[in-house]
Amino acid sequence: MNDERITVGITVNGVTHRAVVEPRTLLVYFLREQLGLTGTHVGCDTSQCGACTVHLNGRAVKSCTIFAVQADGAEITTIEGLARDSALHPVQEGFREKHGLQCGYCTPGMIMSAVHLLQANPRPTDAEIKHALEGNICRCTGYVNIVEAVKWAAERMRGDHVSR
Amino acid sequence: MTTQRAPSGLIGASIRRVEDPLLVTGKGCYVDDIQLPGMLHIAFLRSPYPHAKIISIDTAAAKAMPGVVAVLTGDDLSEHLKVPVPSIVRGMKIPPQPVLARGAVHAAGAPVAVVAAESRALAEDATSAIEVEYESLPAVADAEKALEPGAPLAHEEFDSNVCYTVTKKGGDVDQAFAAAEHVVRMHIASPRLVAMALEPRGVLASPEPMGQGLTVWLSTQGPHRARADLATGLGFPEHKIRVIAPDIGGAFGSKGPLYREYIVAAHLALKLGRPVKWISTRSEDFLTTNQGRDQAMTSELALKRDGTMIGLKVRVAANLGAYLQSNTAGPPQRMMAMAPGCYQIRNCHVEVVAVFTNTVSTGPYRGAGRPESVLNIERLVDKAAADLGIDRLEIRRKNFIRPEQFPYKTGVGVEYDSGDYGRSLDEALRLSNYDELIRQRDQARKRGELVGVGISTFVEPSGGAGFESGAVRVERTGVITVLTGSSSHGQGHETAFAQVAAEKLRVSMDQVAIRHGDTLAVQQGVGTFGSRSAVMGGGALAVAVDRIVEKARRIAAHLLEAAPEDIVQADGGFAVTGVPEKKVTWRQVAGAAYGRLPKGMEPGLQETVFFDPKREAWGFGAHVALVRIDRETGSPTLEKLVLVDDCGVIINPMLVEGQVHGGVAQGLGEAFREQMLYGDDGEALTGSLMNYAVPRASDMPPLVLGETVTPNPFHPLGVKGVGEAGCNGAPPAVANAVMDALAPLGIDHIDMPYTAPKLWEAIRQAESKKRS
Repeated sequence: MNDERITVGITVNGVTHRAVVEPRTLLVYFLREQLGLTGTHVGCDTSQCGACTVHLNGRAVKSCTIFAVQADGAEITTIEGLARDSALHPVQEGFREKHGLQCGYCTPGMIMSAVHLLQANPRPTDAEIKHALEGNICRCTGYVNIVEAVKWAAERMRGDHVSR
Repeated sequence: MTTQRAPSGLIGASIRRVEDPLLVTGKGCYVDDIQLPGMLHIAFLRSPYPHAKIISIDTAAAKAMPGVVAVLTGDDLSEHLKVPVPSIVRGMKIPPQPVLARGAVHAAGAPVAVVAAESRALAEDATSAIEVEYESLPAVADAEKALEPGAPLAHEEFDSNVCYTVTKKGGDVDQAFAAAEHVVRMHIASPRLVAMALEPRGVLASPEPMGQGLTVWLSTQGPHRARADLATGLGFPEHKIRVIAPDIGGAFGSKGPLYREYIVAAHLALKLGRPVKWISTRSEDFLTTNQGRDQAMTSELALKRDGTMIGLKVRVAANLGAYLQSNTAGPPQRMMAMAPGCYQIRNCHVEVVAVFTNTVSTGPYRGAGRPESVLNIERLVDKAAADLGIDRLEIRRKNFIRPEQFPYKTGVGVEYDSGDYGRSLDEALRLSNYDELIRQRDQARKRGELVGVGISTFVEPSGGAGFESGAVRVERTGVITVLTGSSSHGQGHETAFAQVAAEKLRVSMDQVAIRHGDTLAVQQGVGTFGSRSAVMGGGALAVAVDRIVEKARRIAAHLLEAAPEDIVQADGGFAVTGVPEKKVTWRQVAGAAYGRLPKGMEPGLQETVFFDPKREAWGFGAHVALVRIDRETGSPTLEKLVLVDDCGVIINPMLVEGQVHGGVAQGLGEAFREQMLYGDDGEALTGSLMNYAVPRASDMPPLVLGETVTPNPFHPLGVKGVGEAGCNGAPPAVANAVMDALAPLGIDHIDMPYTAPKLWEAIRQAESKKRS
């Protein structure tokens, strides 16, 4: 065991936190237990399930696979930081509109992966959506309505873009 | 879709879920999301051996580690702390299951010691400082091998590995087989599966100040049953325990029983006077949470030459694992009760031999005996059709229980309420363009391609398992609180039940709040499993609402100075019949109920119902699958899957579709990918998501969903369950399609899962046999 403590500065959902962590603290536990942001979930211990997906400097990453110290200086967005001014992000809305969730446990990670996909590819095909969600397991929905939710959101986001 | 629609027409509408705004924003609250001041974390040291004697345990080093508060082994605990297991079959053997192993372990993953520490990491660190010396004993993992003479004993104190044997029979099987003109014999094994609810199991137990009670947050499907089992297992009074099931991240049957870690956590919380949390890791979950299926079925189906089914014999070797959970004995019973499926088979003999092995305990996993049973009969029927040269549709139609025969008592003595199996099959054929599929298959076959079409027809029993409760309370301001004993773990109870209550009370959905999952708030209840919530929780709610309406009608009559029989329900309240402007709102009725009432009328406006229809609801359906297998690689592709389900009256079509999608995904996991494997010595070979393959998004084929509606004649809402329909019908449809694809090679039967290597090997062997 290592008693060393390290001070990190991590910006989460726009707020910069200076915190002391153990070197072995995973980013997901830093978020959940030190910051109380429990929307990011832990579903496995082998980086397979994707329930812990967050954005690190704009990219979807599995926060169980990164040490908090590796995120020093980074900007993190979690599911709690996605809705702006109490308005749901279109992907969040899409999951509700298309019944893309049941128990809700995979949902935050699923949504963060989908948001990342749509930022990179605003017009994904079904196959591209499924490919982008390959790292996220859902045991409830059979993924059918998750794909529909992402398509719904994609249309909506493109529409918003045009109307501006 | 909107929740603001007119109150009437809610039942049957695809209302968006009221649960979702919190869950899509990360504001859900699962057990691990709760942190309490002074909270300790516990971690277990688990046996690496499937079967071993414990020679010695040394905890001194662990106890000396900083942050460690307590280290306990089985010898430190009272032997009265144990998992309560009901004896549901007379004479069944119940092996001891101390909450921490005492003297021996009978499965890898059995807890040997527990550490309580100031953090999860410190607790885990300390477990690795505990020294245990084991003496490995011979172990057995496979149920049929465990029944062979000379097999290792899973529990050294028993004289055999048989936990119990139980039989269901009807008619005269011997005479039927003597009169048979053809007998189909098959051996079919269902793979062992992992439920893999995405939220691992977990518990947080907190002693109340002054030592008066205990509050337990638990990832469970049934908080009231968990509370009673915890009281029994812990030796602590039930009425001083409050169990709260917060948001639950999936369960699929696996979170039904009270596992021993929960008793340990509660015990430590009381002993140490601090909140204690345990959250399973995924790896622990693979070694400790009930697994599903693993029934090996040896069957004979007796027929007349014209395809009439006259007799069925089934012998099931059901692998129970090492330790019994409270519901471990459930799935084999279920398998027996529906062994004849949709068919009139008057002479049946079904025997289950339930077997101990040195593996993780089995128990209900979505389907819980249904998928095993449907797989068995649907494979037998397809083989019978092939043997006798009868079309597989014709043989099914010829033997279906006919609509006018319901209620129908089957050959194993179980009564089905209603059904129209021919109609759902016809609808599946229509939606799949079946004749065209067959034409495509035949053309592909001429080109030497391996393409198969499979069908399955099935029943989906739901409800049952005792009662369910529902209480409806009209509050002082006229809003409505519903307390249901049927606690949810993702199904959408808060939406579906609100639809029912709002429609029947003629109010908008936002006037109704559904509360569940807290034993302090909710009257005794049972929980959610076995496709029962719409039937049992919905039934209780419907009856309670009817009683509320009747009482409120009398109050309204008093307020409106009219006779009760002249009072009718109106939007938002009641009115005098024919005089719609003479009306009162629910608020006015409630005001009177809690204010001034005439003599002889009891104050209050609350009704509690314990609903038990004394019969199950038998949904049904038909699936059609089109499978293509790459001859060179064995890789299978499910090109099309058509599903027709009949679950009676539908409360929310969107939720029903979601249940079907999810059930199908798990069924396809079973058919193509998933299997928990053990080595001959009982070592788990697929103990993580690295090597246990659950379906991913890209594994899902295009689905076509259809429905027929045969209302349940014995239910106040006309509903039947649907949660397990997808995983009942899809695997046998796929199995029949795969076997249809391989039929030209002379391959008779292969057990699921249909992985590419397994199919490749079968194809290679068949081809070399043909060449020689």
